[in-house]
Amino acid sequence: MAKYILKRILYLFLTLFIIATITFFLMKMLPGTPFSNQNRLSPDQLAIVKAQYGLDQPVFIQYIRYIGGLFQGNLGTSFQFNNEPVTQLIGQRLAPSMQIGAQAMILGTILGILLGAIAAIRKNSWVDTLATFISILGISIPSFVLAVLLQFYLAYKWHIYPVALWDNFQSSVLPTIALAALPLGNVARFMRTEMVDVLSSDYIELAKSKGNSEWQVVVKHALRNSLIPIVTIIGPMAVSTMTGSMVVENIFSIPGIGEQFVKSITTNDYPTIMGLTIFYSFLLILVFLIVDILYVLIDPRIRLGNGGND
Amino acid sequence: MDKILEVKNLHVNFATYNGTVQAIRGVNFDLSAGETLAIVGESGSGKSITVRSILQLLAKNADINKGTILYHGEDLLKKSKKEMDAIRGNKISMIFQDPMTSLDPTMTIGKQVAEPLLIHNKVSKKEALGRAEEVLRLVGIPNPKERMNDYPHQFSGGQRQRIVIAIAIVDYPEILIADEPTTALDVTVQAQIIDLLKELQQKIGTAIIFITHDLGVVAGIADRVAVMYAGKFVEYGSVDEIFYNPQHPYTWGLLDSMPTLDTNEEDHLNSIPGTPPNLLNPPKGDAFAPRNKYAMQIDLEEQPPFFKVSKTHYAATWLLHPDAPKVTPPKGIQKRFSKFKKLGDNE
Repeated sequence: MAKYILKRILYLFLTLFIIATITFFLMKMLPGTPFSNQNRLSPDQLAIVKAQYGLDQPVFIQYIRYIGGLFQGNLGTSFQFNNEPVTQLIGQRLAPSMQIGAQAMILGTILGILLGAIAAIRKNSWVDTLATFISILGISIPSFVLAVLLQFYLAYKWHIYPVALWDNFQSSVLPTIALAALPLGNVARFMRTEMVDVLSSDYIELAKSKGNSEWQVVVKHALRNSLIPIVTIIGPMAVSTMTGSMVVENIFSIPGIGEQFVKSITTNDYPTIMGLTIFYSFLLILVFLIVDILYVLIDPRIRLGNGGND
Repeated sequence: MDKILEVKNLHVNFATYNGTVQAIRGVNFDLSAGETLAIVGESGSGKSITVRSILQLLAKNADINKGTILYHGEDLLKKSKKEMDAIRGNKISMIFQDPMTSLDPTMTIGKQVAEPLLIHNKVSKKEALGRAEEVLRLVGIPNPKERMNDYPHQFSGGQRQRIVIAIAIVDYPEILIADEPTTALDVTVQAQIIDLLKELQQKIGTAIIFITHDLGVVAGIADRVAVMYAGKFVEYGSVDEIFYNPQHPYTWGLLDSMPTLDTNEEDHLNSIPGTPPNLLNPPKGDAFAPRNKYAMQIDLEEQPPFFKVSKTHYAATWLLHPDAPKVTPPKGIQKRFSKFKKLGDNE
C-alpha cells in the first residue's frame, strides 16, 4: 500500500508537469497582453515593464524559466494584484473558499446520504417522492438563486444571519447552505439508487433472517455497501465545491479564490492563471488518490497490492 | 412425535401489475422435532414462498391472506415484527440458495457468523466470536481462527455455503430451513454439503425443511417428502413411499424424468410435457390435468381431495377414487412398485 501511494504521488507530479506545460502554451495563445489596458504607458515604458517581467523573451525561454521556478516552489508574481507573489495570493484567498466549500461538502454529503437512504428504505412512499423532489431542487436550482433567496429571507427579513460579511462562523452559514444544495441533491440521488439495489440483494435477506430489525439491517449491512459508489462522485464534487464559486462568493462578499481566477483570466495575469490551474489540478489529483485509498478502506474486495499493477 | 410446526391452509397472493397471482393455494403440513421434511417441485411451484412465509421473509407485494403457521401452538402470522425478529436466526433459521451473493461482501465472516449470537443472546463480542470460530470449524472451514478476519470473496463457493450454514446453525435453531442449498454448487460439493447437513442435524438435533427440485438429493437426506405443484401439495409421504409407491401422476413424471442406474445410454430421459399453469387464473380443476395423460373429465372440473394411501401417505389425485379406472403407470414407476413390495416383504 505504501509503495502504491508513493507511486501515485510520483505520477501526481508528472501529471502536474504536463498540465503546467499545456496550460502555459494555451495561455500564450490567448489574445491580448497583460498591459493592453495601460494606454498611458509609452512604447518605451511598456518595453521596460515587459523586460522586467521577462515577457520580451521568446515563449520557449519564458517556459523554461517558469518551469525552473516551479521546481523551486516559485509560482511568480501577479501582474495585477499588487505584485503579490502568487503563492501568497492563493494562500490568503484560499482559506475562506476552502472553509465554505468543506462545510458545504460535509453538510451536503451527510444530509444527502440520509435523505437517499430514507428514500430507499421507504421506496415508493410519500417520503420517497419528497426526497426525490428535494434532490431535484438541489440539483436544478442554481446556487446563486438559492443564495439570493437565503439572503432575502434569513438575513434581510428575519435578521438571523448577516447579509454579506466575512467574519465568524455565523457569517459562513448562508453561503454554506447555498453551496451545499448541489452535493446534497447529487448524493441523495445516487444514494437512493444504490441503496434500493443493495436492499434487494441476497445478503440483506440473510441479514434479516438472522433476526436483525429493519433498522439494524440498514445500519450494519446496507449503509456501508451503498457508500462505495458514493465515494466516487464525492471526490470531484468536493474539489469543485472547495475551489470556490465566484458568484456565491460575490453575493456574500467573501474574499475567496473563485473571483480571483476569473479576474486573472480576463486580465491575462499569466502567473496567477498558471498558479491557480496548477493548484486546482493538484487538488483534484490528490482527491482522486484519497478516493482510491478510501475505496480500500470501505471495500475489502479492492486491493492496492503490487504497486497497483494487478 | 412432537409437532413443533404446523402449517394450515396457507394461502399467499402476490399483487402484480397484471393482477393477483395466487402463488400458494392452501398448503398444509407439519414438522416434528428433529425430522427432515423435503419439499420438491419444479421452479415456480411455490416451494420457496411456502418456507419464506414461515419466517415472513416475503417480498413487499406478498400477502399471506389465509391460514395459520403454528410454532409450538402459537401463530407466527399473528406475531409482531419484534417478536418475529426474536424468532428469526434463533429458533428458526434459513440457509439460502446462492452462497456467492448471500454474504455481506464488506464484513468479515467471523463477524457475520457471530451476528445472530449477538442479536439474540447477552454475550460479549469476544464470546460470540469464539463461538463463531467453533462453528466454522464444525462446518469444515480449515484454520477457522486465521480465516475469521477474511472477507467472503476470499472463499470458494463451497466454503461460502459452509459459512452460510454456520450462520444458520450458530444459535442452535430448532428448525432449519434449507432453500435449495445445493443448487448453485457443483455436484461433488453438493454431496459434501448434504453430508454436512446430516452430520450437523445429528449433532444439534435440529429439524430441517429441505427445499429442492433435485429428487436425487432428497433420497439422501429426507425422512418425509412433499411434492408440490402450482401452489399446492399433490402428494406427501415417507421417503420410501414417495420413491417406491408414488400415486400422483405428477410424482410419476418427476421420478420418471430422473436418470437411474438402470438407464441405458440409448434411452431418452423422459420429461413432463407442457408448462405449469398461470397462477393469475388458476384452473378450476386439478392444476396438473392439462399436462397429465391420465387425466379424466373430473380432473378438469373439480380439484381432487387428498386420498389416504397409508397412515403417512396421501395423494391428491382422482385416480385414487374408488370409482376411477385402473391405469398402468409408466414402466419406470412399475419397477419402483415392485421394489416397494420387496421393502414391505422384508419388514
